[in-house]
Amino acid sequence: MAEITYRQALHDGLREELLRDENVFLLGEEIAVFEGSYKITAGLLKEFGPKRVVDTPIAENGFVGMATGAAMLGLRPIVEIMTINFIVLAMDEIVNHAAKIYAMFGGQCPIPLVIRTPGGGGQQLAATHSQNLEVWFAHVPGLKVVAPSTPADAKGLLRTSVRDNNPVIFLENLALYNTKGEAPTDGYMVPIGQAKVTKEGTDLTVLSYSRMAAVALDVARRMEQENQLSIEVVDLRSLRPLDQETILNSVRKTNRAIVFEEDWRSFGIGAEIAALLQEEAFDDLDAPVKRVASLEVPLPYSKPLELATLTGAKQLVDAIKELAPRRSRHLSVSPTLLP
Amino acid sequence: MDTTSKQQADARDATSAGEQALPPIPEGEDRETLLDYYYQMVLVRHFEEKSAEMYTKAKIGGYCHLNLGEEATVVGFSAGLEPADYVYTNYREHGYAIARGISPGAVMAELFGKETGCSHGRGGSMHLFDLQHRFMGGYAIVGGQIPLATGVAFAVAYRGSREVVACQMGDGTTNTGAFHESLNLAKIYHLPIIYFVVNNLYGMGLRVEQGSAVSELYRKACAYDMQSWRVDGNDVLAVLDTIRTAAALAREKHEPSLVEAVSFRFRGHSVVDPDRYRDKEEVQKGRASDPIAEFAARLMAAGLLDENGTREIEERAQQEVDAAVKFADESPFLSVEEFMRDLSGYVYAPDEAAVKGA
Repeated sequence: MAEITYRQALHDGLREELLRDENVFLLGEEIAVFEGSYKITAGLLKEFGPKRVVDTPIAENGFVGMATGAAMLGLRPIVEIMTINFIVLAMDEIVNHAAKIYAMFGGQCPIPLVIRTPGGGGQQLAATHSQNLEVWFAHVPGLKVVAPSTPADAKGLLRTSVRDNNPVIFLENLALYNTKGEAPTDGYMVPIGQAKVTKEGTDLTVLSYSRMAAVALDVARRMEQENQLSIEVVDLRSLRPLDQETILNSVRKTNRAIVFEEDWRSFGIGAEIAALLQEEAFDDLDAPVKRVASLEVPLPYSKPLELATLTGAKQLVDAIKELAPRRSRHLSVSPTLLP
Repeated sequence: MDTTSKQQADARDATSAGEQALPPIPEGEDRETLLDYYYQMVLVRHFEEKSAEMYTKAKIGGYCHLNLGEEATVVGFSAGLEPADYVYTNYREHGYAIARGISPGAVMAELFGKETGCSHGRGGSMHLFDLQHRFMGGYAIVGGQIPLATGVAFAVAYRGSREVVACQMGDGTTNTGAFHESLNLAKIYHLPIIYFVVNNLYGMGLRVEQGSAVSELYRKACAYDMQSWRVDGNDVLAVLDTIRTAAALAREKHEPSLVEAVSFRFRGHSVVDPDRYRDKEEVQKGRASDPIAEFAARLMAAGLLDENGTREIEERAQQEVDAAVKFADESPFLSVEEFMRDLSGYVYAPDEAAVKGA
């Protein structure tokens, strides 16, 4: 296995799907001649030509709807929306059409469509360029939503998404593009709807996805060494469908859960998982489920304010420290040994 | 400027309708075909009148928008296309579905919400669909169908096949972003598509000139350097002729175009709309220039139809509609148990392996 960046994993995944299936084509703003705002599609126009790698004008609703229509005829478009903030302009075609056409017309017409788009803040891009809107899509029956945190998962989920016969929102994150990890080179696929326990532990479970899943793994490893806490990390990878089984199995083992998410706390992924846990694992919980999320403001530009607004490792560490000691009350150990 | 108004002289608005002499039937038209157009128009008329009746009997729920008064537009549009072409429409689409060849029974069953409906009872009046007839859907979000239709045209061009996509919409739709974005996309990619604007003078209750800075809607196409025509939507043969011209442009030259058909709806926006915003006199005048009566008069003047023939066609259409209602009535609803058994399968298409039975 070679170590590659998340960006390279996406690029390779797109390239391999273009090579594999003539029905696959890419479209989006600045993806061809400009080679992508974040260079995911670098070199693909040269290799595959303008028929397969299509530059679009700035018309998100128009070209997302156009891709949906092309999918109605069995093509497999992969749309790039430059950042998730611009997807708001395409909500009609995504929510009212791509998500509905299969069911509403009685199962006559699948929509094999992938919409890739990066979310996330932290680059001083301010309120309209730093959002995490995954909940909007995870809420809608008819869509699938994936949010890989590693190069391997990015590539594996991209392959699966392209071959799925339903519209898939493929959530990336600006801050993940340069991160590195090992990614298999053979036809590795990650099923949609399958979470992954990225670190086993017994004291508590941190549930996360996308960039925060990577942060959670770092924090968990560090706290295991520094604080002797055994933290399990579950990378959700898919938000819809949600892998309830893996979530519940983990929390039934650790009896404590923190949901760590970069989006806003209210009505967020954490709210959904907390509800799931109280419905399905109420008796297994030793403490209330904690949600660690970003402050509920339009993200400020000012660096100190941006840092204060976004959630991150520090907020997760605080939450773990707050939640974990409660467990120690049940242990017959000397208080002096407590962290 | 590429925008032309070839048939603008024929176009009229409702206020001047009925004051012009009816054009003769062009020579060389096949009698059987002409009578079939007439039959289709009568069938749509009877179907829609029956739909209104079934709505008041609560056999049909939700919203219900009728093509009454627009039969020439509906039939001329459909007749100008080939069976392999793709059709997208808005939510006022019962007539288009029938003219496209979907059985009136399957359409009525859909309005009744039955499993035998063309969308298996899941879409209703505003969401008719039949892949076999390449009727790619009625869409109820104004403008929502336009990018989709543009995408099918993109797929046709991508595959290098020769079908044409025809995308029907109402006058109010030409004010949406989806309309303008789509026309631009179609032109830059040279897509084989006809944008078909049915201008029935009102978007719900808003008059076209109140809602649109340009009230001759075909002129909007010039912003995209796209050919366009305005045609009398009461004249089935004029609509047909224009669609044929537009289809040839799409099929042979891969150029998009726009056709505006000036039409008139006999009733309110939907079955429940009391239509208080239109002058009584305007409505009376509009109804007086009934496209079916006018086409019958032209056929009679040409010696192609007589009173007996008219009666026979009326009866045949009525029988077909009665049979459609009977079929819809007797069809079962999908059972709630069956629906609940696999909700995920209701929402999501199976993957390739499952489709192939692997």
